[in-house]
Amino acid sequence: MPDKHFHTKKHDVWLPYRFSAGPVFERFFEGLKAGKILGNRCPRCERVLVPARTFCPRCYVDMGQWVEVSQEGRLVTWTMSTEPFFGMRTDLPYVAGLIHLDGTNCNFMHLLGGFETMDIEAVRERLKGSVRVRAVWREEREGDMLDIKYFEAAD
Amino acid sequence: MARAVAVVGVGQTRYGNRSEMTYPDLVREGVQAAFADAGLGPEDVDGVVFGTMPSMMEGVAMTHFYFADALRAVGKPLMKTETCGTTGMSLAITGYYWVASGMADVVLVVGSEKMHEGDSQATMSTVAEPFFFRPFTSGAPGIFSMLAQMWMDRHGIPEDKARDAAARVSVDHHRDALDNPYAHIKKAVTMEEVKGAPVIVYPSRLWDICPNSDGACAVIFACEEKVKKMSGKPAWVKGIGFCGDEYWFGDSDKVSWDGARETARQAYEMAGIRDPLKELDVAEIYNPFTYVELQHYECFGFCEAGTAPDRVLDGTFSRGGELPCDPSGGVLCSNPIGATALVRVAEAALQVTGRAGERQVEGARLALSHGLGGVAQFNGIMILGAEQ
Repeated sequence: MPDKHFHTKKHDVWLPYRFSAGPVFERFFEGLKAGKILGNRCPRCERVLVPARTFCPRCYVDMGQWVEVSQEGRLVTWTMSTEPFFGMRTDLPYVAGLIHLDGTNCNFMHLLGGFETMDIEAVRERLKGSVRVRAVWREEREGDMLDIKYFEAAD
Repeated sequence: MARAVAVVGVGQTRYGNRSEMTYPDLVREGVQAAFADAGLGPEDVDGVVFGTMPSMMEGVAMTHFYFADALRAVGKPLMKTETCGTTGMSLAITGYYWVASGMADVVLVVGSEKMHEGDSQATMSTVAEPFFFRPFTSGAPGIFSMLAQMWMDRHGIPEDKARDAAARVSVDHHRDALDNPYAHIKKAVTMEEVKGAPVIVYPSRLWDICPNSDGACAVIFACEEKVKKMSGKPAWVKGIGFCGDEYWFGDSDKVSWDGARETARQAYEMAGIRDPLKELDVAEIYNPFTYVELQHYECFGFCEAGTAPDRVLDGTFSRGGELPCDPSGGVLCSNPIGATALVRVAEAALQVTGRAGERQVEGARLALSHGLGGVAQFNGIMILGAEQ
């Protein structure tokens, strides 16, 4: 810390934004509301991407056929957060990860739960090795990523 | 054909909590130091390149306007670039392009951040879009912790071994920072302290994670003709590389990390480097987290995929090892983000001109500097050499 402290000018910037979902994300979120995870297929490279996209990031063509993807998959990686951060919408500590949903060609980011998350050793033990996970839904859904409560271990 | 370009002056502020002065004054401190180092003045400069993290970090949207006077940019072309943590490298490469193209002979490049004035963690969380990523990323540490777990899993690296290697990186850099007069965190740590520190974002613990720093760094690039008229030792730009990954975090493989590998390939090809471990004398890797430094050793071809922990533990990348990395203490000990990657360039320039003081790697002639930013999205490299 510096030896001498000077006056600081407190200043808050409060800027509300309204982000457009557009037709594709809107349909994806409608799917969540209905308890479905929707992806779509690129007509050129044939990858199934989830969440559904407007265009294939690699082929730069409009995405094609809609696909209701599996609600189960393989946990690819995870991390446990113990500190609050801006934009956080869950209680601490929480575990987030990348999930490779069956039949898709990318990883899907979401929360992991349904097990003891207060203790890192318990989390490590539970998520060790190749873990199969499946979506657990909220009863009340509003068309939002957190309509899926979390992914729980499926085996 | 691009013209030969060299770094002819560098200026760094002391990094840390610099709340004893205003932000423009901090920028001025870095600029003045670079002018003094180069023996040049603003009248010698044809253009200025400036950047920070996304402007939310500063709370002032047009920082290049706010700092125009401090940058001595009045009456000159002024360009801004920002690529999160990579900003400093994007700045350096922009300055290089400007001089190499022949459109300018001398360019002043400046990066800065004053992280104690705002909410750095919140700013970094806004780098991720709000629909799908922001609720889950835990800012930068969460992203890089996920990378670390994937990397261990892919290569079958025992968690304890990776933990030991990451701790060794932390111990080395914290010790090295004691030799760097500009460094922010000046505290030697032991393996036990690092491994026993509180988990912030698993597997990253407190001493695996960089600090919030205030600071500015300025680097002056000049063309060959100008360099020959100057008395100081130049650090020649031997190679550059820059590669951006696609936006969707789950789409790309961040273990093989093609973007990071391609960045190095470009820079090595331009510099004529075939065996980086043997040919490079020192590297300043952008290491905000210990584990990601291990991944970059592999992506940059310093060692085979999956072997970074072994090479770290046998001392290959420590001071006195075959390729000392981050003898400045690196990002892990000082991280004024918009300046941080430019600090890597400045440190590389000091090393190849034999002016790095207590942290000098003896006889260093060829140095790699690196920047990393976005949601693990951008990599940039600049290689500097003592010879043209």
